[in-house]
Amino acid sequence: MLKYLLAGTAFGIILYKAELISWFRIQEMFRLQSFHLYGIIGSAVLVAMAGVWLMKKFRMKSIDGTVISTAPKQFSRGQIYGGLLFGFGWAATGACPGPLFAQVGAGAGVVLVTIAFAVAGTWLYGKWKHRLPH
Amino acid sequence: MEQWIETLQQPWPWYVAGPLIGLTVPLLLWLGNKSFGISSSLRHICAACVPAGISFFQYNWRKEKWNLFFIAGILAGGFIAAQLLDNGAAVSVHPALAGELAGYGITRYDSLIPAELFSWQQLFTWRGILLMAGGGLLVGFGSRYAGGCTSGHAIMGLATLQWPSLVATCCFMAGGFIMANFILPFILSL
Repeated sequence: MLKYLLAGTAFGIILYKAELISWFRIQEMFRLQSFHLYGIIGSAVLVAMAGVWLMKKFRMKSIDGTVISTAPKQFSRGQIYGGLLFGFGWAATGACPGPLFAQVGAGAGVVLVTIAFAVAGTWLYGKWKHRLPH
Repeated sequence: MEQWIETLQQPWPWYVAGPLIGLTVPLLLWLGNKSFGISSSLRHICAACVPAGISFFQYNWRKEKWNLFFIAGILAGGFIAAQLLDNGAAVSVHPALAGELAGYGITRYDSLIPAELFSWQQLFTWRGILLMAGGGLLVGFGSRYAGGCTSGHAIMGLATLQWPSLVATCCFMAGGFIMANFILPFILSL
């Protein structure tokens, strides 16, 4: 499990230095005042795509010996309704789930409250799942 | 060496940070065939702490505990970057945004997370509670309803050419545009 802790640490440092944990950068993105986050997401997708494609093409194995595989995503209307709701929260908090944890580490202890409410939101979804349109 | 650290202490440009974030996807696959996705950790926390007999939380979360180690790492990474890799310079912000925020009394740029909105004192104001509690609820509820967040859909999903992830990503952006441009001005003026 240490390897995931270290991978997460590297990721957290990147989130901080990319200013992805900045409420200001998120506002600039949604006001079309900065290319920064579009550049980050776009280049991240391209690099990830190339990486996964190469790993599958060469049938690479993970270090525990299993063949690399990724699961397909099933479509549901939740991606529309939930996606919009998530977008509202993203712009309000100025952070998606990863950056929330990095913000706490960076010293904004009050963001633990935001995380607690995010956990509560997840729990409410679980509770109401069968009644929501999917 | 000192020059190196000085360079690292500047904000990293998108063409450095973006590819590094992208590399996280093959890295996790290589480390243990794990699919990049962060909001799942919130579900595991529910399953571990308050399953409350809800079927959505009845699964063996221990099998997914790598995800919890990953977010613990993110927290540590935020700490390390703030302590060692920050030169303390003010956050640069687009003049139009700075002008708009000044109208709401937000004028400090000494932190990536504006203390005039996100602080313990602000929790007792309408705008603080709406942004932190309301925003947090929406992030948690919305990401699970959508089956993933920016990491699982916008990066992992798009990188593996999943069209449902494209739908989700477009809705994330649409929701963000609506909130930032039409709803947030009202909240910030409270």
